[in-house]
Amino acid sequence: MELRKEYAGELARLMRTNDKIFILDADLAGAGGTKALYAEFPDRCLNVGVAEANMTCVAVGLAASGFIPFIHSFAPFATRRVFDQIAVSVSYSEQNVKIVGFDPGVHTTYNGGTHMTFEDMACMRALSNIAVLDIVDGVQLRKALPYIVQHDGAMYIRFVRKQTDTLFSEDYEFHFGKADKLRDGNDITIVASGTMLFDAVKAADVLAKEGISVDLLGIHTVKPLDEEAIIASARKTGRVLTAENHSIHGGLYSAVTEVLSAQAPTLCDAVAVRDRLTQVGKLDDLKRDYGLTVEDICERARKLLQHK
Amino acid sequence: MDVVQFSKEIRRNTLRCLHSQGSGHVGGSLSIADLLAVLYTNHMHVDPTHPKMEDRDKLVLSKGHAGPALYATLALKGFFPIEWLDTLNQLGTRLPSHVNINLTPGVDMTAGSLGQGLSCACGLAIADKVKGIKDRYVYVITGEGELQEGQNWEAAMLAADKKLDNIIVFVDSNKMQIDGYTRDVMDVEDLVAKFEAFGFATQRVNGHDHAALDAAIVKAKSDNCGSPHCIIMDTVKGKGISFYETMGAGVHSTTVTDEQYAAALEELK
Repeated sequence: MELRKEYAGELARLMRTNDKIFILDADLAGAGGTKALYAEFPDRCLNVGVAEANMTCVAVGLAASGFIPFIHSFAPFATRRVFDQIAVSVSYSEQNVKIVGFDPGVHTTYNGGTHMTFEDMACMRALSNIAVLDIVDGVQLRKALPYIVQHDGAMYIRFVRKQTDTLFSEDYEFHFGKADKLRDGNDITIVASGTMLFDAVKAADVLAKEGISVDLLGIHTVKPLDEEAIIASARKTGRVLTAENHSIHGGLYSAVTEVLSAQAPTLCDAVAVRDRLTQVGKLDDLKRDYGLTVEDICERARKLLQHK
Repeated sequence: MDVVQFSKEIRRNTLRCLHSQGSGHVGGSLSIADLLAVLYTNHMHVDPTHPKMEDRDKLVLSKGHAGPALYATLALKGFFPIEWLDTLNQLGTRLPSHVNINLTPGVDMTAGSLGQGLSCACGLAIADKVKGIKDRYVYVITGEGELQEGQNWEAAMLAADKKLDNIIVFVDSNKMQIDGYTRDVMDVEDLVAKFEAFGFATQRVNGHDHAALDAAIVKAKSDNCGSPHCIIMDTVKGKGISFYETMGAGVHSTTVTDEQYAAALEELK
């Protein structure tokens, strides 16, 4: 099932028992899936038109009145376009607004260029009081939502609207701020967030056949980061490779190396977008062009292991 | 205390607050003192001992730099000790230059980065409607210079489209912004025509005439037109103190020296 359907379905279930949840859209209710909620909850769904700054601050007024507002747009317009509104009215004002960004990074494909962001997590990580979630699949999204609703504080959540691949099974449990241990290994640590986790799992299998055992950590909560799990794994393997659908500046690689450089200095490398402009293209072509493929993960892992 | 006396007390204590720092946003604080006096004497349904009371009127001071005038008003109403006014902008203060929803009892929204207040007010107004709270208002004070920020007009569209008749916007049109006269920097007039075009029931009054202000608010509250309300206030930046009134655009942020403070208090006797 598409993530946007999982998202709207779980929100509907939660809204039936929680009358504080409030949905706001800026002319992307259909694209993002929330349009399905308007008929059942007409008083708690609001489309403000193409006006993301207004949407963000209307949500602040609702949050200040005790509601739990969710605002939605494509990832760049949910974050960088309204950065000051989020910095002043959400972060500095300590308001409980849930910011949802669709189709982050390369997943914008044919809307890329203008609608593509590699800096959304960097922007949100730089602000106090905002947790950052990079979601991999529909199961993880659905399991995270009850927590997102009950968490008393602002959050940024990025996911791919139309994706149908699934990594996790129904018995998956979401634990905010905790890494998911997907492989136990001793030679190298791979830390992957969001959809790069699909590629990281495949890469770990390829490397296993070459005799390289990977300690694989899946990260949904990029902030606050599971420092303990990352330090423990780094101390075990001595090599850490991160993988993210985001710029190398300010996202997962930055978060991981901020922790390791101070507490467990470790040789690190990143599969990430390296200071490149955005562009349009097919997903596979974009991933290849930006160096975000399974083979890119394998190659960088092998090179890390060659370092003495 | 009657409104005239209260407006003088607000001006005295606004200057006390700014004098503690030696300088600050004098002009735009003094230009809204009369509005604050009328609002907090005759209209604001608030309880200083329960500043977060659910069933209350709310004020969004979107021109957040006029914080000292609101702080003086709230202190005089008993929201917090008057001595707090002497702590403006000191590390750890409850009274920052620009208003903060979490720091100061009686402040209903953070503001300072201009243009965000009316949007936040729309959220407060929608919340009251969804909760079924009636006969309560969300008052917004914006500056005419602030209306150059485009987000105001996104919010104005929403307020009219969603019939947020529980919003009353005051435009403090003191005719000056930081870089000079508003008409020279970026003219915002005709404000009545603009707000009416955006679907607001709009009035224009002398923002220093207490009776006119009060009548405009009464009219807005009794007008069941189903639209949000706007009251354009023609005001004087630095109003009430002769040397601030004639200072020009520099009065936006200026000094309050010991001598200026003493002279101002003399004028306010």
